[in-house]
Amino acid sequence: MTPISPLFTRLLALTVKEFLALFRDKRSRIVVIVPPLIQLLVFGYAASFDLHRIDYAVLDRDGGAAARELLARFEGAPSFAFAGHLNHPDAIGAHIDRRAVRLVIQIPPRFSADLSGGRTASVQILVDGRNSNSAQVVRNDVVRILADFNRDWASAQGLPGLPTRLVIRAWYNPNLESRWFFVSGLVGLLTLVVTMMVTALSVAREREQGTFDQLLMTPLRPAEILIGKALPGVLIGVVQASLVMTIAVFWFEIPLTGDLRALYSGVLLFALAAVGIGLMISALAATLQQALLGAFLFMVPAVILSGFATPIDNMPAAVQALTLIDPLRYYLVILRGVFLEGAGFGQVWPQLWPLALIALFTLGAAGWLFRHRRY
Amino acid sequence: MPHWMSRRLLGLLRKEWLQILRDPSSLAIAFVLPGGLLLLFGYGVSLDARQVPVGLVIEQPSTAAQSFTAAFQNSPYFEPRLYATLQDGREAVRRHHVKGLVVLPSDFSQRIAGASTGSAEAPIGVILNGVDANSARLLQGYIQGVWSNWLQQESDAHGLGLGLVEPVAAEIRVWFNPELESRHFLVPGLLVVNMTLVGALLTALVFAREWERGTLEALLVTPVTIDEILIGKLLPYFVLGLGGMVLSVLMALGLFDVPLRGSFWVLALCSTLFLLTALGMGLLISIVTRNQFLAGMIALLVTFLPAFLLSGFLFDIDSMPTPVRALTYLVAARYFVTILQTLFLAGDVWSLILPNAAALALMAGALLGLSRRLLHKRLE
Repeated sequence: MTPISPLFTRLLALTVKEFLALFRDKRSRIVVIVPPLIQLLVFGYAASFDLHRIDYAVLDRDGGAAARELLARFEGAPSFAFAGHLNHPDAIGAHIDRRAVRLVIQIPPRFSADLSGGRTASVQILVDGRNSNSAQVVRNDVVRILADFNRDWASAQGLPGLPTRLVIRAWYNPNLESRWFFVSGLVGLLTLVVTMMVTALSVAREREQGTFDQLLMTPLRPAEILIGKALPGVLIGVVQASLVMTIAVFWFEIPLTGDLRALYSGVLLFALAAVGIGLMISALAATLQQALLGAFLFMVPAVILSGFATPIDNMPAAVQALTLIDPLRYYLVILRGVFLEGAGFGQVWPQLWPLALIALFTLGAAGWLFRHRRY
Repeated sequence: MPHWMSRRLLGLLRKEWLQILRDPSSLAIAFVLPGGLLLLFGYGVSLDARQVPVGLVIEQPSTAAQSFTAAFQNSPYFEPRLYATLQDGREAVRRHHVKGLVVLPSDFSQRIAGASTGSAEAPIGVILNGVDANSARLLQGYIQGVWSNWLQQESDAHGLGLGLVEPVAAEIRVWFNPELESRHFLVPGLLVVNMTLVGALLTALVFAREWERGTLEALLVTPVTIDEILIGKLLPYFVLGLGGMVLSVLMALGLFDVPLRGSFWVLALCSTLFLLTALGMGLLISIVTRNQFLAGMIALLVTFLPAFLLSGFLFDIDSMPTPVRALTYLVAARYFVTILQTLFLAGDVWSLILPNAAALALMAGALLGLSRRLLHKRLE
């Protein structure tokens, strides 16, 4: 057996010390482990753009059989929930204003007569637009229900139907469940939060307590200090990501269809990049409060610009250019690619190398700052 | 001078102001953070897709296919790319070059001609990349829109389908935000996230620091009363928070053109109530933890994240599972988001504003009262 090199011993000692510093205090132990799991559960259930049981009211001024048939289709739709009948058009405004219902369907008096007379019958649909996204989804659903009704009505009456028909299929997520999108993205978000929490505070805490100078005076070289400070963050990040992915697969039943090796290359490179940023912030901060603030000031834009909740393609060109330096952006594409699209190294490679570049730069900068930032 | 405004209190207030002005990080939280966040969100976050790259697979050129392509090219929602084979189109979806694919099969023009004489309708295939389910659903809506406009146009031009009289036509009207601009919906909610950050995070950190350094105990041996300490501490941060709010509202109105249809005074009053709630949360957290690191983490966890997720700011509360929906009633931001979205976009709807404002007042009272009691206990 070869003797363990002194370099390795030094690194091991430093890493062990870092872990002890992090997990010695019961309360900070809890804070590192529990919140991400709570976030995963709440996020997993709350973060969704899908609509379920949106309350709607009906003002049926026709009362005929055709009107009832049309309304039955709304009652059968999972995105809507019937909340009641209105008696008068004046009631519509009040109901929508106070958000008692989000959608009102008004059927005019001559609806059934027009329909059976072969004339176009109209319905009025009023949507609460305060939540623009929901309003748009509601509108699309209404259009779809009406199109189905029209098609069936035409064929039942022996009228010629439309000359073409759209046959729509969604790849990778056949039922278009936004939970698949958010939970796979959440793996990325939580990896970021936990690595930043571990690393951004590590140097700042030592600086505030004055122990960082002592560390610099030991025989450890700056590069070794960097590795010792980075290792716990990377390890915790990878473990955390694995834990969250396990919950995503077994609890939320998100399919994991791609190459695990490609996935873990992404996890590792992202953890390195995030640790680098955390250590940079930590090295720049004079106090714990500044480090906390710095981590926060980095994380919020990083999440917003990553495409986590809203697509990068919708952003203006200048903002899109800014997203190119956001490591989370690449990581999310990897996660969603491997989870949902069955991606392997080939598809993931265009995301891996920018991550590697960012990791290299941030870790290098952090190491440089350790030596050159003195108070 | 009112009797509660003692000289001791004035001294405390002065001290607190000096501390705020000296430490740039408090000012950063109060002004730079809300301003920056609002800019970032206002410009960066949008749910409105424009010029979505979609692939059109035209297996055999024809006049029908040509007009179909033109319909996509003329739509502001799409940036169509043409592919000759399904193979190429699928590859483009896989490589994320396009978000979806519309496929006109090689027998499309024959079948569409046949359809008007009574045989089966001609299918148009649509393939969406469903990973981002919400965007995919919106894209589906846009594609359906272009498709039905094209049908209408074709039938007008050629008398193509004779049965194109729609049995039922919908007149859809969207109230409050007819253009469905997501910015008008997101910016009011964003103000809430901002206020939560400024109020809760700032107070939690500042108080926790005093506990850590023992300066709060030092204050207590002086003749000031607990109420004076509380007012002396909270008032400056309250003013800072309001300043941040005014800045955010001005940006929302001036920069992002969000309409304010309700009255200014209702807005000011409700903001005050919410700010008191946020300050109360921050205060309570710092009294319970007495540690900056923990206070910061817990403040993020119980104030910022719920304000983001469980407030209705981005995700629809009505669509959440029942237990999660029940949880949202504990989140102060929920009430303020409802108030702000209504105030900005709809107007002074009292039947909605009053109950939500009452809930905020109740929470503010409970949080500040509890903090005062705990502070009392801790000191004895």
